[in-house]
Amino acid sequence: MPLVEIRGLTFCRGNRTIFDGIDLDIPQGKVTAIMGPSGTGKTTLLRLIGGQLRPQEGTIHVDGQNVSTLSRGDLYQLRKRMGMLFQSGALLTDMSVYDNVAFPLREHTELSASMIRHLVLMKLESVGLRGARQLMPSELSGGMARRVALARAITLDPMMIMYDEPFTGQDPISMGVIVSLIRKLNDAMGLSSIVVSHDVAEAASIADLIYVISNGKVVESGSPEQLKCSESPWVQQFMKGEPDGPVPFHFAAKDYVDDLLGDVSDV
Amino acid sequence: MFNKLQALGRSGILAIERLGRGHIFFWQLLKALPTVIVRFPLLIQQLFAVGVLSFLIIFVSGLFVGMVLGLQGYNTLVDFGAEESLGVMVALSLVRELGPVVTALLFAGRAGSALTAEIGLMKATEQLSGMEMMAVDPIKRIVAPRFWAGVISMPLLAAIFSAIGVVGGYLVGVGLLGIDGGAFWSQMQPRVDLSEDILNGVIKSVVFGVVVTWIAVYEGYDATPTSEGVSRATTRTVVHSALAVLGLDFILTALMFGE
Repeated sequence: MPLVEIRGLTFCRGNRTIFDGIDLDIPQGKVTAIMGPSGTGKTTLLRLIGGQLRPQEGTIHVDGQNVSTLSRGDLYQLRKRMGMLFQSGALLTDMSVYDNVAFPLREHTELSASMIRHLVLMKLESVGLRGARQLMPSELSGGMARRVALARAITLDPMMIMYDEPFTGQDPISMGVIVSLIRKLNDAMGLSSIVVSHDVAEAASIADLIYVISNGKVVESGSPEQLKCSESPWVQQFMKGEPDGPVPFHFAAKDYVDDLLGDVSDV
Repeated sequence: MFNKLQALGRSGILAIERLGRGHIFFWQLLKALPTVIVRFPLLIQQLFAVGVLSFLIIFVSGLFVGMVLGLQGYNTLVDFGAEESLGVMVALSLVRELGPVVTALLFAGRAGSALTAEIGLMKATEQLSGMEMMAVDPIKRIVAPRFWAGVISMPLLAAIFSAIGVVGGYLVGVGLLGIDGGAFWSQMQPRVDLSEDILNGVIKSVVFGVVVTWIAVYEGYDATPTSEGVSRATTRTVVHSALAVLGLDFILTALMFGE
């Protein structure tokens, strides 16, 4: 049974349909990548899974529970078993690295200060930032901030972690560190990971399963190898990062020559 | 024509929706009081940020307002040979009106705008969403301690403003203009009534504290999560708070002191 089971999910913002009846399964213990061009609703999908948004139609079951019908209390109980890594890191800016990682433990447990210290140092050690525990978020680089956020996300030993664009804006070393951490933490802690990204090479290098989403539909799914051999020209264009193809380089416009020779007032 | 009507209707619906959300938000803040009491250190932190850090501006403003009242009051009262009633005039002006109103206006500018900007920026940088995903309610953890700190701070700051204002009036009236110090205080003592004047002033400052802090935290929480959105929300906090304080002051004064 999949950890996350999405059936007939429809979600709209105003008149714009973000998801149009999509079905999607996130298996347990695997790294699943959700890929697609910018603006296709990948982050929205994570927010729907986390219960921060509610779908107009369809169901989202996480560990057998229908997220959109849960009470606030039950949803919060479920979220204690879900970690989320935001694109910005979302660290609390008035707290040090140590306090940020200790935050979920202090909020949800009655553990002693010494036990919290042990757990925090262990989590920081796992992301390589035990030595940075006194720093404030403003003193961290983008890559370090995400690693701290990752340590915070695993503090309560969740069953799954959702990564929102974890590779965006990272230098090659930071990117390599995060790629490796996602895979290692998933395997070492027995997690299930959902990685939302449009960085094809990095996501494909660690994913067991990839879903490609566009225009509110799941265009293709399968292992990275299967997608590389896909016959869909759209998937091929996306996987290879070609500038023109089924997704045109040019925004829809009237004929170029007619436009150049047209009326000066038509701007 | 039709489009304009449509736009007018739409903005009306949006305004009513926003008002409704604001009232639900207010109810959530009230419900969060037990959590705030249990987590007292969070409240103490915010009392410092909201109240103690506003002390200086309240102290200095109160002193100058009291000194101006002393000067203007003396110039008026001396024509009637009633300059020894200056203490009464200064004290009643401050405890009934200027203390609560000017404190609320200063509070909106100093602490209210800071609250809106802080909460708005936390929203823009996904800190509030991050808390929600960690199963921590941001209204209980972040917003409610700030709200209740504002409600508690306002009457205390208004009391300080009025007290310092009276001292300012004394410095000008007695120290500068030569009124008898004994008359300044002795006339004030029987004429300033505890329930009629001081208690009503305290009630006003509590009402202003609730309204100004509610506006400030709601504007931050409801801000569009962009730099422009936070900037607009901060401006709205100051403008709406000032209008609400002045409007409510008239209503409360009419209810308390109207015949």
